[in-house]
Parts: sequence; structure tokens; C-alpha cells
Amino acid sequence: MTQAFRINNGGLVNREKKLSFKFNGKSYFGYEGDTLASALLANGVHLVGRSFKYHRPRGFFGAGVDEPYAIVQLYRNGETEPNIKATEQELFEGLEAKSVNCWPSVNFDIGAINNFLKIFLPAGFYYKTFMWPKSFWYRIYEPFIRKAAGLGVASTKHDNERYEHKYEYCDLLIAGSGPSGLSSAYAAAKNGAKVILAEDKPRFGGSLLTSDVNIGNQSGKDWAEGIIAELKTMPNVLIKNRSQIFGYYDHNMLVMSEKVSDHLPSTKKYHPNKRLWYIRAKEVLISSGSIERPIVFGNNDTPGVMLSSAAKEYLKVYGVLVGRKPLVFTNNDSGYETAIEFKKHGVDPVVLDTRKNPVSEIIDEAKNLGINIKNSYVVVAAQGYKKVKSADIASISEDKKQLGEIENLQCDCICVSGFWTPTIHLASQSGNKTKFKEEIDAFVPGVSKQNETTLGAANGVFTLDETLKTSFKAGSELSKKLTEKDYEIAIPNVVEKKSSQHDKFWCVPLPKGKNYKRFLDFQNDVAVSDIEIALREGYRSIEHVKRYTTLGMATDQGKTSNLNGLQLVSEIENKVVPAVGHTTFRPPYTPVSIGAIVGREVGKHSKPTRKSPMHEWHEKNNAVFVDAGVWLRPRYYKRGDENLFEASKREAKNVRSNVGVCDVTTLGKIDIKGPDSAELLNRVYTNAWLKLPVGKARYGVMLREDGIVMDDGTTTRISENHYHMTTTTAQAANVLSHLEYYLQLVWPELNVNVVSTTEQWAGAAIAGPKSRDLLQKLFPNSDVSNEGLPFMGYMEGDLFGAKARIFRISFSGELAYEVNVESDYGNLMWEKILEVGEEFNIQPYGTEALSTLRIEMGHVAGSELDGRTIPYDNALEGLVSKKKDFIGKRSLQRSAFTAEDRQRIVGVVPLDKQTSIPEGSHLVKDDKAQLPNPKLGHISASCWSVEYDNPFSLAIMKDGKNMIGQKLFAMSPLKNKVIPVEIVSSHYVDPKGERVRS
Amino acid sequence: MLYINCPHCGMRSQNEFSYGGDASVKRPELNKEVSDQEWDDFVYNRKSLRGKHLELWQHISGCRQWIKVERDTATHEIFRTFKADEEVA
Ligand SMILES: [Zn+2]
Repeated sequence: MTQAFRINNGGLVNREKKLSFKFNGKSYFGYEGDTLASALLANGVHLVGRSFKYHRPRGFFGAGVDEPYAIVQLYRNGETEPNIKATEQELFEGLEAKSVNCWPSVNFDIGAINNFLKIFLPAGFYYKTFMWPKSFWYRIYEPFIRKAAGLGVASTKHDNERYEHKYEYCDLLIAGSGPSGLSSAYAAAKNGAKVILAEDKPRFGGSLLTSDVNIGNQSGKDWAEGIIAELKTMPNVLIKNRSQIFGYYDHNMLVMSEKVSDHLPSTKKYHPNKRLWYIRAKEVLISSGSIERPIVFGNNDTPGVMLSSAAKEYLKVYGVLVGRKPLVFTNNDSGYETAIEFKKHGVDPVVLDTRKNPVSEIIDEAKNLGINIKNSYVVVAAQGYKKVKSADIASISEDKKQLGEIENLQCDCICVSGFWTPTIHLASQSGNKTKFKEEIDAFVPGVSKQNETTLGAANGVFTLDETLKTSFKAGSELSKKLTEKDYEIAIPNVVEKKSSQHDKFWCVPLPKGKNYKRFLDFQNDVAVSDIEIALREGYRSIEHVKRYTTLGMATDQGKTSNLNGLQLVSEIENKVVPAVGHTTFRPPYTPVSIGAIVGREVGKHSKPTRKSPMHEWHEKNNAVFVDAGVWLRPRYYKRGDENLFEASKREAKNVRSNVGVCDVTTLGKIDIKGPDSAELLNRVYTNAWLKLPVGKARYGVMLREDGIVMDDGTTTRISENHYHMTTTTAQAANVLSHLEYYLQLVWPELNVNVVSTTEQWAGAAIAGPKSRDLLQKLFPNSDVSNEGLPFMGYMEGDLFGAKARIFRISFSGELAYEVNVESDYGNLMWEKILEVGEEFNIQPYGTEALSTLRIEMGHVAGSELDGRTIPYDNALEGLVSKKKDFIGKRSLQRSAFTAEDRQRIVGVVPLDKQTSIPEGSHLVKDDKAQLPNPKLGHISASCWSVEYDNPFSLAIMKDGKNMIGQKLFAMSPLKNKVIPVEIVSSHYVDPKGERVRS
Repeated sequence: MLYINCPHCGMRSQNEFSYGGDASVKRPELNKEVSDQEWDDFVYNRKSLRGKHLELWQHISGCRQWIKVERDTATHEIFRTFKADEEVA
């Protein structure tokens, strides 16, 4: 396959290196340095896809980020990625891509019937047609739209590529490496400022790569190369290509997506696919340039119609002719530059200029080259279906209202230039109040909100001379403020051709009797007629017109369509463009891979995993783990073929009959020190704390100010002014912040310090009737008898040389202790407990058995303390002091909290003593009642009672106090279960609490 | 992402902080008779200002200090920051 449209030499591609690739299954060749777009054009391929709504054939319109059509599905190294712009995708060996938006194929597309049958999906079509009947939506409309539309298919496989995030700080961040970006970067770098220069394309230089100018005594391109080479040697400069700054956020935080590997056949080992940069810059210079805007005419979406700047770029950068019989349609001098490039390569273009008699150096050059120029001429419509074959052209009257006789001109491409639109997206995102600049018919940045400055073409400055002057100055002055250095730079002389004034013309009128589609938004298929409909139907605000017609809402964010849309609205509404205003630009400027945004935070990396010091032992002993907050905890220890239910039952039973040991390292621990510690506890907890003696622990409940239970746990007085607080695993961080809040802001007079010691201590709960015998063997020199260490007592001991804290506290309701040692001794403690405990038939138990034990005892935990309950609801009102004040006390007087029939915890047993009640089930009086069946309460936790060998649940229910003995139903529509139940006391086992004191 | 000047640590990104609400709210003194209205104003009622707002932030991934931040709720501009015990003039 020859590259019929590649010129023999010229361009910046590496002709030494041929690359093969496939498009829609067909093989082609290109060169290293090509984009997929330039390589396809070199092979004469213009048809790349079908349009979004009407499925009209579409080709290439631009040469970069502004491309609205050429979106492909990319296949690379066994993976696939949708929504890739062929104009941005660099060619690599073995690249494969397919068209999107076409079914069954790009050449024969069933959706295009939309076009011929004149269903013609006008503005608001989706809103109007698909609204009724409602039942049609899921079965008919949505599947149809899904099949017919879309910008590719997301992979359903796990993404094996790796993405990184990086944080950077700099003095000056410069977006764009064209003449403006290079000058300001150079000036700032010379002043010693820390500079980051970002270029979205693979090549630095921006417009200097394609424009015919001289800077100093070099060509613009050579000057750019020199500056870049020097910047690269400077240690205070970071210069990045393939890097798109796509978002400008608060306080000068910008986000940039760097394509690290997309241009390679596969990602190198240890390299990311993309890198997302979060950059905090003291000053931001926006040198993002400008995008040529089209002139609107009939069938202006036909493949072969493209921006004149794109045609020039394909020729100058890639050595590719977009056609051999080009027609240039322009309202300004830029079209002539493209025509001149064609002519220099032996191709004869025809130029249609809407202006009557423009005069400038560029036009003179074109005339001298003998280029055929027709003044006061326009393209009325492109002809050809899958490719431009000719153009209907006509002369146009001076008022631009009347067309002359239509002539047909043979051509194979139409290069259109409607002047330039500054790329103001980043400035607008930063909060800049943009203003309309009459001379260029476009918006430019106005008053900056953040430390941002827009320069060059992005600021509506279209001469190189002024761009260099203002950019050198801005780079120098902004950096001088930061570094206090002032390096003198001689601004080079510029040789450029002067342009004449562009024509304020943007849309060709329809000839009589013709009804051509004239597209404004190419990606979303929004035509002039759609805007007319929207305005006729009463839409006025540009934001509403945008949403109703979808103008500018596609992935290209209207880069080529916004201003023409505004011109149309302003013309119909008879307003000036600034009064219409533009829609708000929001990040991202261009689509960003979800993978890049997610970064490394995938799967297990999405949050830190915390493991107890005994984790390895658990692993070796067949623990099955469960996520508990950020911790991994053993749920049960599997023996043989046991399942969760069997194992947890065995473990819980063993606690009730012998002794068990449970890893409780994950409990939150807070060290509290200072003379006012008792006073703090007294204010934080609902019960009294001033008289707790040294060496004693106490159970406490803390509330939020709104009276809701925040957390519970035991706190132990270690010494006179030293306390050890425990919190639930889940609330540990919140409780610490809560204490700090009151100590720092509300009661700063309290002399207390708090610090988290959760990870400093490893904890083991030893529970069961034989726990004291075991403890005595572990601590032979300590008196752990009922007298020596009574219930809620505390002592310190020596555990095989390790200093241990021994608490006599119980969550299981059995005689129980908790031993803490410094984390590094955790394993020693654990192994010794199991070793010494062997003669008492000790077994480790996991969180499932732990739950069983606490549920049948009626001890509350997170499922009851769920942020909706007060102490009374949990049968904890006995812990609420009537004498002293504490956090949240005043709220407990709320009428709902003191109501006679206030909700309260109860126990629930199924009548058949067999059927487990799903957690979350609702308690109802009548299982056959009409829906919505009044809910009396909900099941908060369920277990299999090992004491009674039947299911048992806890519930929070309305008027729970008076419900004991009632026969009700537990209903779980989710599990499709209706279970007859009896309400019993929540203290199902050992209601008097004798065991813990035994 | 906001850039907050912690009076103890210097300029730090917002993701090191957690938000703590209106800093002008004063907790009623302990052991004092408080009317329903006063208590509601303390616990629930907030002005939700548009514009300059004095608010609390805690530097949780830094010095763990609660600080006061004067911020414009509409533009996110931060004017001044204060230590917990600093008087806001
Ligand atoms: Zn700090």
C-alpha cells in the first residue's frame, strides 16, 4: 500500500522508520512521528466515522485537540480504549483502531436512515419523543439509542495498566509551548524561577512549527528548538510534552494529564500509562493559543471539509496533502497561508475570499505565486457523500445577504478559515471574567480572579512581534517578584507578514429552495436549524439553548462551535454577542482517562490496610479475614470443611464452656494525661468519673451535642493523672478529633493532653470460665484472684519479660480479661496465651463469634449505636447522670427523646426456634396488612445463640419497653422472608450479669 | 483544592484538613439553664452565609490543631487564618 498523499520530502516525521497499522481491519503504513490521522490521510483515507445523531459520514476536521469527528476505538497490547482522537493518537507499530458510531460498518451504516427518512432528530428530540409512553423507555428507546449512539465501548476487563499521581509546586506554570509559552518560560527561568512548561502535543513549538516567520536570524522553528534545548539544561525548569493541563481549580491548583505510554506499542515495565500531576503554582501563564473557527455552509460536515490550519499542519508537520484539488474558503488571511503551502508543493488551490478587496503582504505573495483567488465568493454547499467531490459556490453581495448564481467547482477538499478563537478555557475555569473583543469577534480573558495571566493568541494577540514582547515581559516581571533577580534579555527581532482585517462573516445564507444542513456543532450534530427551533420554542438563556440543543456539550466542548452558535443566537435575538454571553467552561478541557484520575488507588490500594502484629499468626492458622474499618480482622478460624456458621458456633461455644482468645488490637486507644483528665472524662461521658480510683476501669457512653450516642468503651485510670481510653474500632479517629475539639476550642482551660495509642498496644481478650486459671499461669507472680483483680479492676504484670497491662473487662459477658503489651511483643503474648492455654482447651475466636457472644448478652455495638439512637434506646439510661452536666445532655430533654413510647432495644426469637432472622428485617404486627405496612422496629443484629441453640436477634423497636412477650412478624422483602417471632428481653443470657463478676 | 495557611505549619493542601463548621458558634456554658431556642441555635441553626465566613478546620493530617479560617463561601478566597485561641478582630 503506497502513501499516495505523502509528499516526497518535508515534514517532521521520521521517514527512516516505517510503521504498520490497521484501521477497520485494513493494513496501512505510516511513519514514526505520524498521528493516526496524518497516517490515514497519507493513505487517502478520509472516512473515519459516523456522526452522533444522524450517522452522516465524517472525516477529519482538525489536527489536534479541537477535533470533533475523528474519534476511534483503540486496541493496544490486548486492551481497548474508547473515545480516542485520531488527531492526537501517535502512531506506533501494530496500532489497531476502529470507527465508532457506525453499525454495522462505516461504509454502510443503518443509523444513517435517520438522515434519509427525515426523522431528523431536531433540537429537543430526545426530550419530546422519548418521554412517552413511559414503559417504552427501557424496552425500546434506550436500547435503540444505546445501539445507535455512543463514542465507543468501554472495556469490561480489568485495566492492567498502571496510573500514577504526582504533586508538584512551582513559581510559574506555563500552559503551551508556542512562541508565547517559550518566551515567558525562558525569561522566568533566566531569573531563577522554578518553571514548569507543559505542551499537550508530542512536539514543542506550537504555531512556530507551521508558520512562515523568522525570529532573530533563524526560522521560527529553529528558534523554538534552541530555546527548548536550553530550557532542558536548566535545573529549575521542568518541561513536559504530551501533557495536557485540563483543569484550573481553586487557589492556583492545576491538574495535568501526562501521556507516558500511549505512543508506545505497550507500556514499559515499571512505567505508568498516564501520570496525573497536581500542580500548585504561584503564577500561571496561559499560552494555550487559539483554534481556527469554521465558516458555516451547507453540508459543511462532509469528509474533506476541514480547518485550513489543519490542512497546513498536515502538510508542514507530517508531509501529507489532504487533497490534490484544494479549495480554500476564508474570511481572513490565514487561508492564504495554507494556499501558499499547497502551491509551494506543486498543488494548485483555489481561494474563495468573502472579502471584496483585501490587501496585505500575504495576499500579495499568493497573487505573485499565481494562485487563483475569487473575491466576494462563498461556498454554498459541499457536494459528495462520503468525500467532497465538488463545491457549489457563488458570489455574495456586500451586505452578505444575496447570493449570485450558483456555480459548481471541482475539488477534493475544502479548507475553511473563519478567523481565530482564543483558547480561554483555563482562564475561564479559574474564574476570570472574560470579555468580548470586537476586533476579533471572540472572547478574551478579562479580570483575573487568581494569579493567572493569559498571553499571545489565547489573549487575542495575533502578531508574533507583540506576542514575544508581552510574553518575555510577563515571564520576566512575574518571576522577578518571586526570585528578586532581574536578568536582562534582548527581545529578538521578528520577521512576519502583516495581515489585513478579517471579515465579520461566519455563516453562508441558504440559497432559495435549498435546505442544506449547516452544522455548528459537528460532534453533536447540532445544525443552524436546531438553534432556530430552540429560540422559536422560547429558549433564551444561552445555557438553556445549550442544553436543549446539546450545542457545545460533546466531548470537544464546542471548541470549534461555540462562537458560531453565539453569533447565530445573537443574530436571531438581535443582541450583541457579549449580551448573549458564553456558557461556562468547566474542567476537563479535554477527556481524561478514568484510570488516570483513579491513579494507584484501585482495589486493595483504595484505602490503607491495617494489620495487627498477630496478623501472620492468624494467616498461618487458617483465619478468614473481614474488613473492619481499615483493619483486617479474623472473622473465624477455619477447621477442616467448616463453614462460617459452624466455625463461629464452635468458637463461641468454647468461650462459654472453656476459654477463648480474640485479637482486639484494633480497638481505638487514646492516652489521656494531665491534672484535669478526670474533669474532661466527666464532661465527655454521660456517667460520673470524678471518683474513679487509680487501678480501676469504668464503662462509659459519650454523646454528640444532639444527644445521639457517639461511642462507647472503657476507660482505665492508670495513675493519678493518667487514663487509658478505648473506643470502638470504627469511631477511633472521630473520638480523638472530638476530644481535641473540646480541649482546644471549648474548654482550653483544661490541662489535658490526648494522643492516639491504637497502634502502640497489641490487645488480646481472654474470655470464658477458665480464663482466670489461664491468666494465673500467664502471670504467676500476680494475684489475679477475684479479690486481687476484681471485675473492672486493672493491674500491671510481667508476661515472660514483657510489661503487660491487665484489665478485667468483658464484652462477651463471660469472666474475661484483656491483656495489652507493646505492639512489638504482640506475637509473644499471643503465642504464650495459646501455648499456656492448651491445657484449658483454648481456641482463638474471630469477630463472628465475638458478635454472637455480645448479641446474646444484649451488649450494644455499632449496629445499635448507629447514629440514630440515644442512651435510653440502648437500655443505657442507667449510665446517664442526673447530677452533672455533659456533652449532649441538654438535647436529651427533647420531647421525642422523652416520649413514653420511645424506641428501645429488645430481643427477638423466632417462634419455630429454627429460622434465622435477616438483619434489617422490619417488625410488623400483621404480615398481611396493606402496604405500606406500619413498621414497629428493625432487626439490628442476629446470631445463633450458642447458649440456647436457637436463633436470637436484637431489635430497636418503638415502645420496646412494653413489647416484651408480644408475638409479631419479622419481614424481609429483600430475602423474601416472613418469620413469626416473639419479643423477649435483650439480655438473653445471664440477665443479672453474674458471670463477669464470678 | 484549597490551599490553607495553618498558623502552626504553613501552607498546606485542603486534603490534610477536615472541616468543622461555623466558628462563631459558642457552646453554652456547662451547668447553666439553657432555653430550647438557645440550645437549638447552638446545635442546629446555622446562617449558611454567602460571602465572608469564619469557620473551623482541623489539621488532622498535620499538627492536629483546630484552627479558624476566614473564607469566602462563594469564591473560596481565604483572607486570614487564626490559631484556636487567637482573637478575631
Ligand atoms: Zn498544622
